[in-house]
Amino acid sequence: MDAILDLRGVTKSFGAVRALRGVDFDVRAGEVHALVGENGAGKSTLVKIITGAHAPDTGTVNIGGQALDRADPLLARRLGVAPIYQQPTLFPELSVAENLAFGLETGSAWRRIDWRARRARAKSLLERVGAQVDPDADAGSLRMAEQQLVEIARALGAKARVIIMDEPTASLAETEAERLLALVAELRASGVAIVYISHRLPEVLRLSDRVTVLRDGAAVETRPAAGLTQADLIRAMVGRDLDAVFPKRDVPIGDALLSARGLRCRAAGVHGVDLDVRAGEIVGLAGLVGSGRTELARVLFGLTPADGGELRVRGQALAVQSPAAAIRGGLAYVPEDRRRHGVILEMSVGVNATLAVLRAIRSGPFLDAAREREIAGTFVTRFAIKAPSLDTPVANLSGGNQQKVALARWLATRPSVLILDEPTQGVDVGAKAEIHRLIVDLAAEGLAILMISSEMPEILGMSDRIAVMRGGTIVGTLDRAAATQERLLALALGHVEAAAS
Amino acid sequence: MTRGLGRYRRELGVAAALAVLLALLAVKAPAFFAAANLRDLLVANAPVLVAAVGMTLVVLARQIDISIGSQFAICGVAAGLLAKTGLPMPFVTIGVVAAGAGLGAINGALVAGLGLPAIVVTLATMVVLREGLRWRTEGVWIQDLPERFQWFGLGQAGGRTAIVVAALVVFAAFAWGLRRLAAGRAVYAAGSDPEAARLVGIHPRRVVFAAFVFMGALTGLSAVLTAIQFIDVQTSAGAGLEMKVIAAVVVGGVAISGGRGTLVGTLLGVTLLGTIGPALTFLGTQAYWERALQGAVILLAVSTDALPSLVRTRGGA
Repeated sequence: MDAILDLRGVTKSFGAVRALRGVDFDVRAGEVHALVGENGAGKSTLVKIITGAHAPDTGTVNIGGQALDRADPLLARRLGVAPIYQQPTLFPELSVAENLAFGLETGSAWRRIDWRARRARAKSLLERVGAQVDPDADAGSLRMAEQQLVEIARALGAKARVIIMDEPTASLAETEAERLLALVAELRASGVAIVYISHRLPEVLRLSDRVTVLRDGAAVETRPAAGLTQADLIRAMVGRDLDAVFPKRDVPIGDALLSARGLRCRAAGVHGVDLDVRAGEIVGLAGLVGSGRTELARVLFGLTPADGGELRVRGQALAVQSPAAAIRGGLAYVPEDRRRHGVILEMSVGVNATLAVLRAIRSGPFLDAAREREIAGTFVTRFAIKAPSLDTPVANLSGGNQQKVALARWLATRPSVLILDEPTQGVDVGAKAEIHRLIVDLAAEGLAILMISSEMPEILGMSDRIAVMRGGTIVGTLDRAAATQERLLALALGHVEAAAS
Repeated sequence: MTRGLGRYRRELGVAAALAVLLALLAVKAPAFFAAANLRDLLVANAPVLVAAVGMTLVVLARQIDISIGSQFAICGVAAGLLAKTGLPMPFVTIGVVAAGAGLGAINGALVAGLGLPAIVVTLATMVVLREGLRWRTEGVWIQDLPERFQWFGLGQAGGRTAIVVAALVVFAAFAWGLRRLAAGRAVYAAGSDPEAARLVGIHPRRVVFAAFVFMGALTGLSAVLTAIQFIDVQTSAGAGLEMKVIAAVVVGGVAISGGRGTLVGTLLGVTLLGTIGPALTFLGTQAYWERALQGAVILLAVSTDALPSLVRTRGGA
């Protein structure tokens, strides 16, 4: 049978990052084709190309024999592509029937709405997906699983030929997930082509006809699911050479500066976290996207204060109710998404570098401009921050230099514990190496460093120990010597045997 | 050098517009520069400047307060009533400033404490305060004020000087504080990116609350500086003050999205908008063009913000 969705030689780059390198990928009618890969392997980019959010740099996308030759989500939809995401994208304030009407009803903006027909169609679509949902209920009042069913109903109503499911079961309970999987099987039987993306490997193997493994933007393997094992998949996902050289040095390890026992926070979805980070030690925090790494960092730093468990910094019990309290206790946190919260773009290098130490640059109630320039100047020199002057707005700096300013800000507070969230995300290779060297130097000075990273080589190359998170808690800790890509990924995926081997 | 000036592009632009207007007046209507006229202008705009200082804080913190006209009316009445009790004027002033701070604290508590949107909260307090005042006073003006009320009892010349000096002292103190105090920097940080500010240990909610309290206190001072210019206190005073003040702040280059702007810009904005009306009279134009022209100035000022980014996106594509 011919493929309904057919990608040939698709490449896509974002700046210097090559997200996809010549990917071939096709799905036939009545087939479930799973797509697996690590964080950053290129799954999201591939989905965005199929849904018309991005146009490929080279290569072709064919849907039902017609070319999707530009970034045009509307065209993709008209050709029969319907994406379903982990977080449903319904309008929460509108009713289920109204949500289902979007994209299904056509005509002028001034047409009269036939509410009776709208409701009737909603009812029949909901029945087809087996959803016990009132069409007049607000979409926002539905449970996550129900919202997903509504999305699938919408896809069916649009006569979708290709349904893309991106981690559809990630936020569902066991029984809800089972029902969804049964529905996927029904959809397949009715001749829909399904692209299925999931980190739950047992699910992937059970459900899909074929599996494609993406690694570093390339489709390394496309095989029938029958006969594959989880271990096969994990091997294919990580089969990468660790060619990058990291400046990691062995330094004397001291006492635990950060120590958590049974730490939990309902709001952040973090529970039962036991973690020690010692002076001079770099602990990597690994896990898949959504495993709770950033959430844990935010709990440690008081952004979403813990509601149970114990936290000790420098041996002192500390109730971290706010970032201000965390800073006083000796913690520092360089957040992910530097452009939003790591630095304040319109403020100058000098102001940004000293923003966390306003207390230190005060004489009486007044800011001491000379002291500010002295502190900021020290870090500019020490970190080799390339900025025309201390008065330059941080917005005018390169990504790597912005990140160094964010680091400088926190080191100025003379912390004991430094939490880094994706410290080298979006910086170029040269700056990356410099930041790695800085991190190692800081550990050598006796800081305890907790480093979150989605980059496997970075985690493996920089950490003394690696704590792996899954489902909001730490599921295992590996020593540097024992850590391999396969073990890490197996732990992160919850595949126990491979982790033990 | 160019980079240093580039950061003050808006301030320079407004200063240039003001210079053009003054040059035009110098040629067409030199009478504008008569000492008496300039003094009148200064005295009339001094209270606006005081309120605009408070509004600058509020807008820098990414908020807005449209209830200040009503606060102003209440504070004016409070000033009259306190003076009639026989309290000396310095204490009257302190009392009114405290009352204003209290009114500001209500807004601040609702916005920062409950997390309600400032525009809705202050719209509500604007109406409630205004109607509450009308209900209490039944629209009757406060009359028979003691001798020492008008012009602080300093006589017209001395009183006018005192008003202008008070406004300039307030301006200078806050301009300096915003640049030189840790608290000033916290205002910029909290308005620029509340989440990033929280990450560095600043409490954005406290900043917002404080901004509203200062706004109220300065509105109180502004009301005193206005009330003492007259022999009685109108209970309908301050209508439209919020628009005048917000316009001056925006024209002066304070970003309505928070975190960007200077008090020098606000001073220039107050001066430019305050000059347009009298200038029109001197240039022989109908006075009712004043508002239209002020509106045009606001649009022009805001459009210049969009211009560089427009050019950049077009150029980059």
